[in-house]
Order: sequence, then structure tokens, then C-alpha cells
Amino acid sequence: MLKITDLVHSYGPHRVLGGVSLSVAEGELVSVVGPSGCGKSTLLRSVAGLIRPSGGRITLGGQPVERTPDDLAIVFQDYSRSLFPWMSAANNVALPLRRKGLDRKQRREAAMAALDQVGLADAGNKYPWEMSGGMQQRVSIARALAYRPSLLLMDEPFGSVDAQTREDLEDLVLNVCAHHGMTILLITHDIDESVYVGDRVVVLTKSPTVVAADLVIDLGRIRDQIATRQLDAFVRLRAEVGRLVRGGGTGHTTESTSVLEKK
Amino acid sequence: MKVIAALGRLWLVPVVLVAWEVVTRAAEQPFFPPPSAVLARMHEMWFSGPPSRLLLTDGALADLGPSMARLFSGWLLTAVIGVAAGIAIGCSPRLSDYVNPLIQFGRAVPPPLLVPFFLALLKLGTPAQLATIVFGVIWPILLNTIDGARTVDRQHLETARIFGLSAAQRLWRVILPSALPKIFAGLRLALSLALILMVIAEIFAGTDGIGYRLLYTQRSYLYPDMWGCIVLLGVLGYLLNSAFLLVERRVLAWHRGARQTT
Ligand SMILES: Nc1ncnc2c1ncn2[C@@H]1O[C@H](COP(=O)(O)OP(=O)(O)OP(=O)(O)O)[C@@H](O)[C@H]1O
Ligand SMILES: [Mg+2]
Repeated sequence: MLKITDLVHSYGPHRVLGGVSLSVAEGELVSVVGPSGCGKSTLLRSVAGLIRPSGGRITLGGQPVERTPDDLAIVFQDYSRSLFPWMSAANNVALPLRRKGLDRKQRREAAMAALDQVGLADAGNKYPWEMSGGMQQRVSIARALAYRPSLLLMDEPFGSVDAQTREDLEDLVLNVCAHHGMTILLITHDIDESVYVGDRVVVLTKSPTVVAADLVIDLGRIRDQIATRQLDAFVRLRAEVGRLVRGGGTGHTTESTSVLEKK
Repeated sequence: MKVIAALGRLWLVPVVLVAWEVVTRAAEQPFFPPPSAVLARMHEMWFSGPPSRLLLTDGALADLGPSMARLFSGWLLTAVIGVAAGIAIGCSPRLSDYVNPLIQFGRAVPPPLLVPFFLALLKLGTPAQLATIVFGVIWPILLNTIDGARTVDRQHLETARIFGLSAAQRLWRVILPSALPKIFAGLRLALSLALILMVIAEIFAGTDGIGYRLLYTQRSYLYPDMWGCIVLLGVLGYLLNSAFLLVERRVLAWHRGARQTT
């Protein structure tokens, strides 16, 4: 569905992305991990058509991405600046639904349902600035989920919430991905999380960034916060991703080793 | 406690009034009538009407009616023009490059200088007066709106783009609300300017209204009446500003809230 080929991007003389190649199949949930400042947000913004990358190709359903694709939603890393402070949480969530052809009442209902999913059933009439960071982050997740995009981009979406809520939200995303056939690209700096939610984990190097490794997470689609994390396979994969993020020895992915040797 | 504190700060007002009264009585200058005489004239001229009309006399309606109509129609007209043009210019960097020198020039021209021109071009009376008010008042509204529309948070615009908001939604739900705090600051400044320009327009190009009354009383050596006009204008300015702040506080409640937390 999404195919990124040799994506290069520089801010002025500073080369951030040094040729990232990555493809995501329909309905897949791919987590992306990498050191801070390696260009994860830059990668996501290129896919969303918010910046024009210096080089490389991005196609979505076979079409090159030139402007912001139609059926796409983002949970921005800087969630606090992405909600509109002059609207209540429910209105923030409901606003984009107009183009989905829903009337006022349906929009309101869909918004309340999405807020309920992220555990904010009572906060619909609150304004963003009346909420904690974690609550704002969940409103912005609710907005993206209510929109039901075919491609969902999430940039460190669970950074500001407590551990318990975080687990609930991870399961929610897994659920949505499975039931609505959403394709999801999720950036995280939490190695544990990347393995738990991902069908695949893509590890990025420091900038100029390339893909260091692309691991398939063969833990099945049904995941459980406790049981899954106890599996030997989970522990092994987590250790593997951890080693790769630290820039240590690469695992069994031939593609990644060859990229590293070229440099 | 708050009320007492506020009253405590008001003690200076009666002190100044009493001092003024004493000094003017002692001086016995016709140009400076004592405040009691001024207040008596104000009461006689404007505020001794029937209670059913809020005590307003025919004179008050004759003086204030046309002036207020001028003030508000001029101000509202300018607000519509200024905000619409400001949003258009602020959203288009290209257009803003073109018109910016014109705006800088236009606002540097002192508005009263244009009264003779408007008088020559338009008729004595409402058209020339409105033109004077509009021209003098538009700059703060225009400049603030341009600034507000230009400095919309980039991520708000990106969010609008990602979620496919229509052009109308982008305008009404994103750009206008985020420019609103600056627009209101411009509107408030414009309101006090409108009061000044209303008086100027009535003095130079009028046949009625409070400004015309001011000119008339001065020419007829009716100094207590003249002072009455000045005091009335001061009170009017104060009331307009307070009323505007009240509205602003309601409309921009979200802005105050958002500013307190970030
Ligand atoms: N608009 C910009 N102009 C110039 N440099 C930028 C810009 N945006 C990002 N950068 C630089 O590009 C690099 C990558 O930024 P990016 O935000 O994509 O990293 P990231 O991987 O998302 O980091 P983090 O994990 O901290 O969110 C950083 O060094 C940053 O300083
Ligand atoms: Mg980032």
C-alpha cells in the first residue's frame, strides 16, 4: 500500500534522511524506532505530504504522494499544538467528520464514541487547555480514530500517558487496525512497545538515516499485555531490537546489513 | 475585600473634583466654570427627561443619537472591510508584499487632513463623515488582522490540511478564530479612534451631533455647556471601552484560558 524508496531529505546542508526504503502492506501495523533526531518525524511528514523531500519516491496505493493524501490521518508528536484551543474536545474530534457526509448529530455521536474509546467519555465539553498533556494526546488520537483513515500515521502517540492508559491505548490501536483494516505507521521510542504492537519493526540508524533493520514480529495478531510479553519469542525480539537501536550487531535481515556495508 | 480595595483606589476622584471646584470658584475665570456648574448644565441639557426615556431629554437624543449612529455605523463598516481585507492579505504572502507599502503610507497620513478632500468629493454630512471615520479607523483593524492571519500556528494549518477541511472550514474554524485575539485588540483601538474621528468629522463636516454641539457652544461662549460636551465625551469613551472589554472577555474566554496554562 505504502512504498517509500530511497527517501532523502536535507534541511539546508544538514542531511537527515540518507535513503530510507520501506514498504507497508495494506492492513499492516509497522512500528518505527530510531534514535532521537534521526528523522522519524521528517519521514512521517514526507509521507503526509507536509514537506517535499529532497529526493526519493513515496507512493500510496501506486500513486506518487505529491500533496496531502485524501484518506490519511496523523497523530502529531506535538499534540498540544495540533488541537484547536477555541473548540471543545468533542468539536475537535467532530470537525473533520463533516466531509465524511455525517450530519451534526452523527458527528457528535461519533466524536463521543471515539472519546469514550480513549477513556475520555466525560471530557467532551472540556477545552484542550483545561486538560492535561496526556488527555490532549488522547483527544488527538480519538480525532484520528474517528476519522477512520485508510492510512494512520502516529508520531510517538503515547508519550505523555501513564503506563496503564498506555497499555489500553496500545490495545485500542491493535483493535482498530484489525477491525477497520487500517494501515498504521507508528513511531515510538519505546522498544517494548514497538514489538508489542508491530507486525513489523523498522529500526532506523542515526542521521543520515537509513533502515538498519526490518524485523518481522511473528507473534500472531492476537496480543495480550501479559501473556505476549512473557513469550520467549517476545523477549528475544525485544532484545534484538534493543541491540539494533544501540547500533550494535545486526540480526538476520540481509537487507539491512547490505545497506550498512554500503556506507 | 475586592470592592473595598476598588473603592479605596477611587478616593482620588472626589478629591480632584473638590480641588477643581475650589480652584475654579476662587479663580472666577469664565473659561473654567466649576464642575458643579458643568454638571448642572449637563443635567439640564441632557438628563432631565422623563424616566420612561431613561431621563434623556430631546436635546440628548438630538445630540447623541446622530453621533452614536455615526460612530457605530462607521466602526462596524470599517470592521467588516478591515477584517475581510486583512484576512485576504494575511493569507496571501504575495498580496501582502504588494499592498504593504500602500498600507504603511495610508496609515501615516493623519486622518483629519483628509476631511477637506472628503468634503470636496462627497456631500457635507453623513458620507463625508463616514469616510473620515472609516479612513481613520481602518488601520489598526487591518494591520492586526493581517498579523493575526499570517501568524496562525503552522501545525494548526497542517492539521486542517491533513483532515481535509474545506476552504470555508479553514477560514471560519481555523484562521478566523486564531486571528481573533489580535482582531479584537485592533477593534478596541479602533473604537476609541472612532470616537475621536466622529467628533472631528462633526466639527468639520457636520450640522448636528455632539461634536457639532461642542463647536457651537464654544462659538457662543457657553463655556459650561462646552465643558459638559467634553465631560460627556470622556464618559462615553470610558463606557464604550468597558462594554467592549466585557464582550471581548466572553468571546475570547478560550484565549485567556489557553494563555494561563501554556
Ligand atoms: N524544520 C526544520 N528545519 C531545520 N531542521 C529541522 C527541521 N525539522 C527537523 N530538523 C532537524 O532534522 C533532524 C530530524 O528531525 P526530526 O524531528 O525528524 O527527528 P525525530 O527522529 O522525529 O526526533 P525525535 O525522536 O526527537 O522526535 C533534527 O536534527 C532536527 O534538528
Ligand atoms: Mg519526532
